[in-house]
Amino acid sequence: MKKLTRFAWPYGGWMMLFVIVPLLIVVWFAFTNGAGDFTLDNFISMKSYGKVFGRSFGLAIITTVICLVLGYPLAYIMSKLPPKKQGVFVLLTMLPMWMNFLLRTYAWLTILENTGLLNRLLGALGLPLLHIINTPAAVALGMIYNYLPFMVLPIYTALTKMDHSLIEAARDLGCSSRQVFVKVVLPLSLPGVISGITMVFVPGVSTFVISKLLGGGTSMMVGDLIDIQFLGGAYNPNLGAAISLVMMIVIFLFMGIMQRFDDEKGVK
Amino acid sequence: MKFLQRFYMGLIFFFLYAPILILMVFSFNDSKNRSVWDGFTLRWYEELFHDEQILQALLVTLSVAVLSALISTVLGTAAAIGIHNMKKGPRTTYLTVNNIPVMNPDIITGVSMLLLFVFLSQTMRLGIFQLSFFTLLLAHVTFNTPYVILSVMPKLRQMDPNIYEAALDLGAKPRTAITKVVLPQIMPGVVTGGIMAFTMSLDDVVVSYFTSGSTSQTLGAYIFAMTKKQVSPEINALSTIMFLVIFLLLVVVNIRQEKDKQRQARMRKRY
Repeated sequence: MKKLTRFAWPYGGWMMLFVIVPLLIVVWFAFTNGAGDFTLDNFISMKSYGKVFGRSFGLAIITTVICLVLGYPLAYIMSKLPPKKQGVFVLLTMLPMWMNFLLRTYAWLTILENTGLLNRLLGALGLPLLHIINTPAAVALGMIYNYLPFMVLPIYTALTKMDHSLIEAARDLGCSSRQVFVKVVLPLSLPGVISGITMVFVPGVSTFVISKLLGGGTSMMVGDLIDIQFLGGAYNPNLGAAISLVMMIVIFLFMGIMQRFDDEKGVK
Repeated sequence: MKFLQRFYMGLIFFFLYAPILILMVFSFNDSKNRSVWDGFTLRWYEELFHDEQILQALLVTLSVAVLSALISTVLGTAAAIGIHNMKKGPRTTYLTVNNIPVMNPDIITGVSMLLLFVFLSQTMRLGIFQLSFFTLLLAHVTFNTPYVILSVMPKLRQMDPNIYEAALDLGAKPRTAITKVVLPQIMPGVVTGGIMAFTMSLDDVVVSYFTSGSTSQTLGAYIFAMTKKQVSPEINALSTIMFLVIFLLLVVVNIRQEKDKQRQARMRKRY
């Protein structure tokens, strides 16, 4: 059996070169200046971008909360359907994810722009027009639209994998429907909720395509900030690397906390 | 209560599908303006099939998806077999590093690989790492392989560890034991992993945007460049076609699975 471990060596080398080394280069760039000398300036100058960080985290949190509020009931209703229908609706939830997310986001541009479909509809009904495009609200809407399935699917999986005899037991022991939900169903679905939160928050906080398309440059996010340091006008890979490093650390911390939360629930 | 539930589901699915439907409807719109209906046309479909740039980008996207899925499936399946047989320490190390590309945001994967390729091609003077189709493929294999490993590992755990040894005891060479005994057992995981790799690659925009350079843009990177100016309705036409193809594929796969389940159920009843 020991000989079989050799099969992992090629991939070990691959990860070394294409996962570990790139991250080390990011760290190297973050702590040096353009001439290659050690410096902490990159981190110090990040202070002036506090607003961008705040906006990114704010929008990601809002998106995650709204996805949870919208997604949990949907997952719950889906898990109560007859099995055949469940398959269809799971498929329907996944289907939009198979379409390139740029195109899905672009479609919202058609709807939200000032002379777009939504305002045409409102105008035809004689209602006041909405100015949504190029505001943070449009970015949040785009993110909710793109990431909602990431919230629904893990919660749905947790709800369907649940041991149903526990619910019956709770009923037999005299719990009301509400008590069954709050005391049994909700705690048992928490692992799904937690992985949903992670799967929405992480891409949300690091997005740069959605904010560019729907925010029109008015709501710059951390992702955009990184992008312009590498491929945009503000070329400064050292600063870009420093921002990337900070964001990565924050995200891994966030995931660690979520994981711990999950483990504690599991032990109980 | 039932009505309320149905109504809620209807609303959410309307929210999920309305933009896609609008995109499709406007692929038949006889106007360049993206929100004014000006009559039915098939013009954009015609132009799409004559647009060299889009077809080129489509070719790049499909080739990188197929190639990276194949390479990741082989690399990942081999790695999973290796990792499965490791002692706990090295196994944990492997799986932790394997999780980095899964958990890292796309933009960080993209940026870190861009820095690597710039370092290799400029500082180390290795011309082969100049941003091109090759670097794009390397990047895609890197973020695809973890998914193959994650879908093969559970199958290995379910497998009876003795059957490989039994094959060896019965005189099979290790290679035969793997191809004839182990691989068939874990095949469902391998196939799922391959499909996942293919779709991850197809759907990627961000990593491709950073690692492809200007010579071999994927469709995603091409459309992203386009959104900075004006997106041609040809893109609507293309997404309509892609959406319908994927929809049909999923329906076929689903029907096959359903039939498979029924057949298995019947077999079980008979024996």
